[in-house]
Amino acid sequence: MSALGRVVRAGVGRRRVQSLVMALTTMTAVTASVMAAALVVASQQPFDHSFARQRGAHLTAVFDGGRATAAQVAATAHAHGVTATAGPFPLVSVGVRPQPPAGMPAPPVDPVLTVAGRTALGGAVDSLTLTSGHWLTGAGQIVVADGWGPPDLLGHQVHVPGVPGNPALTVVGTARSVTSTADAWVLPGQIAALTRPGTTPEQQMLYRFAAAGSTAAMDADRAAVTAAAPAGSVDGSQSYLVVRATANRQTATFVPFVAALGLLGLVMSVLIIGIVVSGAVSAGTRRIGVLKSLGFTPFQVARAYVGQALIPAAAGTVLGVVLGNLGAVPLLSQAEGAYHTGTLTVAGWIDVAVPAAVLALVVVSALAPALRAGRLRTVEALAIGRTPQVGRGRWAARLAGRLPLPRAFSLGLAGPFARPGRSATIAAAIVFGAVGVTFAYGLGASLNGVQRGINLDSPGQVTVDPFPRQIAAPGSGPAGPPREADPAAVARVIAAQPGTRASFSSVFTEVHFLGVSDAVTAVAYQGDSSWGAYQMVSGRWFDRAGEIVVGHRFLQATGTRVGDWTTLEGDGRSTRARIVGEAMTTGDGGMRVLTDAGTLERAGITEHSATFSIALRPGTDRDRYVAALDTALGPLGASAQARNGEISATVVAIDAITAILTLMLVLVAGLGVLNTVVLDTRERVHDLGVLKALGMAPRQTVGMVITSVAGIGAVGGLAGVPLGIALHDLVVPRMGEAAGTRIPPVDMAVYHAPQLVPLALGGLLIAVLGALLPATWAARTRTATALRTE
Amino acid sequence: MTAPIIEIRDVSKRYDDGPPALAGLSLTVAAGEALAVLGPSGSGKSTLLNMIAGLDRPTGGGVTVAGVRVDELTETASARFRRERIGMVFQFFNLLDDLTVLDNVLLPAQLLGTGRAAARDRAVELLDNLGIDRHARAYPGRLSGGERQRVAVARALMNRPALLLADEPTGALDTASGAEVRELLAELNDDGQTILLVTHDLALAESCATRTIELVDGRLARDERAATR
Repeated sequence: MSALGRVVRAGVGRRRVQSLVMALTTMTAVTASVMAAALVVASQQPFDHSFARQRGAHLTAVFDGGRATAAQVAATAHAHGVTATAGPFPLVSVGVRPQPPAGMPAPPVDPVLTVAGRTALGGAVDSLTLTSGHWLTGAGQIVVADGWGPPDLLGHQVHVPGVPGNPALTVVGTARSVTSTADAWVLPGQIAALTRPGTTPEQQMLYRFAAAGSTAAMDADRAAVTAAAPAGSVDGSQSYLVVRATANRQTATFVPFVAALGLLGLVMSVLIIGIVVSGAVSAGTRRIGVLKSLGFTPFQVARAYVGQALIPAAAGTVLGVVLGNLGAVPLLSQAEGAYHTGTLTVAGWIDVAVPAAVLALVVVSALAPALRAGRLRTVEALAIGRTPQVGRGRWAARLAGRLPLPRAFSLGLAGPFARPGRSATIAAAIVFGAVGVTFAYGLGASLNGVQRGINLDSPGQVTVDPFPRQIAAPGSGPAGPPREADPAAVARVIAAQPGTRASFSSVFTEVHFLGVSDAVTAVAYQGDSSWGAYQMVSGRWFDRAGEIVVGHRFLQATGTRVGDWTTLEGDGRSTRARIVGEAMTTGDGGMRVLTDAGTLERAGITEHSATFSIALRPGTDRDRYVAALDTALGPLGASAQARNGEISATVVAIDAITAILTLMLVLVAGLGVLNTVVLDTRERVHDLGVLKALGMAPRQTVGMVITSVAGIGAVGGLAGVPLGIALHDLVVPRMGEAAGTRIPPVDMAVYHAPQLVPLALGGLLIAVLGALLPATWAARTRTATALRTE
Repeated sequence: MTAPIIEIRDVSKRYDDGPPALAGLSLTVAAGEALAVLGPSGSGKSTLLNMIAGLDRPTGGGVTVAGVRVDELTETASARFRRERIGMVFQFFNLLDDLTVLDNVLLPAQLLGTGRAAARDRAVELLDNLGIDRHARAYPGRLSGGERQRVAVARALMNRPALLLADEPTGALDTASGAEVRELLAELNDDGQTILLVTHDLALAESCATRTIELVDGRLARDERAATR
């Protein structure tokens, strides 16, 4: 082995702790960077990527099975512009009754499932992604769309009560179609058993076209398919552009915070790697002097120290790439659920680019101080490096000595001023950590508030549906349309039920407003709904007919503001309504209107089918109330259910991603502190020996070392909190905007004194935790050894 | 006879597989004595000093200083013992460069928790007695070697230690400064301060030691009392 090789090997081997810290820091930084980069990249148009990977269907068309044979539907593959097709797949819509896992309540009504008969998971168009279990292998099996039905449905059965024989199907897998072409899939031969007598299954055909980039192109493609099919046989069709718009809106909610946290993670990684590597090289200045005295050239010195830094950094980088890819799995899995895309993976180039960038950073960080030390005159290099340059931070030492603190603490407080550059960098790392924690707390608190607000879409502890509990009893034959309960009679029963405090009914309908081309979703309330009002962004809840509360998108689309008048157009009649408030709602992309049923009646719109929301008197047993009310409503054909607050998958995903990324930020910051303290204690080990010889006890040593970064931590925490709040105030409204709503002030004002104090102390905590280990090492250092250390 | 302040019984010390640094050494030092420990490099002088200060532990035997079994103390108790009973002076002074002379001298009292005013009075008194009061606000780097060693002695005496340990206190000094320090240590011993000094400097041993021992290969080779000093 050459002399240079021996120097490098000895440098790595002799400085085991430092090499270990460098490897750990690089590993954590690379892990965080891979995860952050993977998430940021996955958040760039995930629908488009998933659509391309899964060869998504540009058009999903459904044909009337009575008007077009399978062969005729298949022949539409030759329509103008079609480049690929899948199908025809027989298609039925059936009410199913999932067997819920133990402990889970049965759904109040049997959900309707669109089931496609399909042989293979893959295909030329709409290749499905299997998310759990396996694909169909025989009759009696069903694969359901990921996210459909109760959780943990895999292995359980779903019954189909609306068809003869009440067949049961075992859920063998879950899959995801990028354009949600069906709710579930069975083998084609199974469809006949799921078809009501006297009806014919529809036929589903999936197409990809040569030109599909715009609505106009899709309209032309749809027309070509329709023309190629028997007249009147197309029951419906869906363009991927509609699904894409919804998916992109969902993704846009994530981008602001993912970008913010991802950027923080990347900057922090650069900072920490820079400080760790350059600090390690600077600490070796005296050794560089020795090497030079032996005849090493400045270039050989630089090579030796770059090599010395690269060995542990490369080991850390390799481990970091592995851990980053492993850590990205749950992160991207959350993103998949949130973006409703197929499998997201770490882009291959990230696994190359991140390590390359990190190793380049290591080389640059090591090269600069190594060249500087290499150019020093040998005697200078021998003289400096062991201790901080004399003169630095003396004023701080003087000042700290006057503080009414134990001497160990005041000595520690003055420590950072001896290495101002290093201290500033580590302060910056702690600031970033504090920003991350503050932002993460605020984001979580705001989202919880938003979640509570969104849950007011259906308020109350109990709801009543105007339909019976089941669509049809098992084996009762074909099910007709459900009979709707009389709302007035239901209202009377609810009012008479002991335990009822308040109730109102609400119904969703579509209405038109003057100047708005598309129909707008309106929620019409009957009764006093003020106790179940949405969270208000501005203005107030309506209190009479003629007043409306709207979502943010409505105001944007109509160019109106709270206080303006707008015209509601009904069945040949119209009425003026005043906008009295802007509510937070993400429903219908924020294009939603909330008003008294009387407002709609003025425009000649009357809706009967309504859901009742009920608030109970304090002390009422909800389960007993629901059972009693359900019994009382039975004869009317209505059913009562307890209502549990729902947690949005988006909120869960954001919370999880935030938690993971913040943890990485804190970990990287903590490692930065750890490394700094390791370097400092190593450089000052002789002074430490002197202090111990003078009688500094181990506990005092720990106190001194921790105090040397506690000040930085405290200042970093204090600086990080307002920056974190500013980041929160910048990002959260943009997330709301992407979801189609403004965030109510009550959900933005989440930082109060009881939270700010611990958040401000967060930096201190990061610093103390990072310093604890090296402080303990310092306390254990044998005094005689420390005194002998040069 | 005055009560012994140091009692070393059959102390051995071996580092790894090397030859013993101390091999069954027994020694008693009375309060008020000034003991010079002589010997060639590697004879065990510094090891002996480290044992007495509680900086290192013997492999065998026992070390009692001022009535305390130093070799049985925990790290914390050992630190407390040094604060209260021991003052140390090193060859290369070991002053903290970023603290002023006054702050260096104050350190042992501050670690002990002595009141601010009392500590300051004591430090000023010592600096005055040792003739370096004019340097109280200076940093050690600006002082001569002899002045720095005086500061180190002042620091060592800050808590009125029962025993002053000095490891080659003149080893890094020029002749004039060395003479100053020799004189200072002799004066301290005359005032009743027990001193144990490890040195190669025969002049130092002759000028300020009341007793001289010589170690060779970790064993006591000579133990002589000075007729005069």
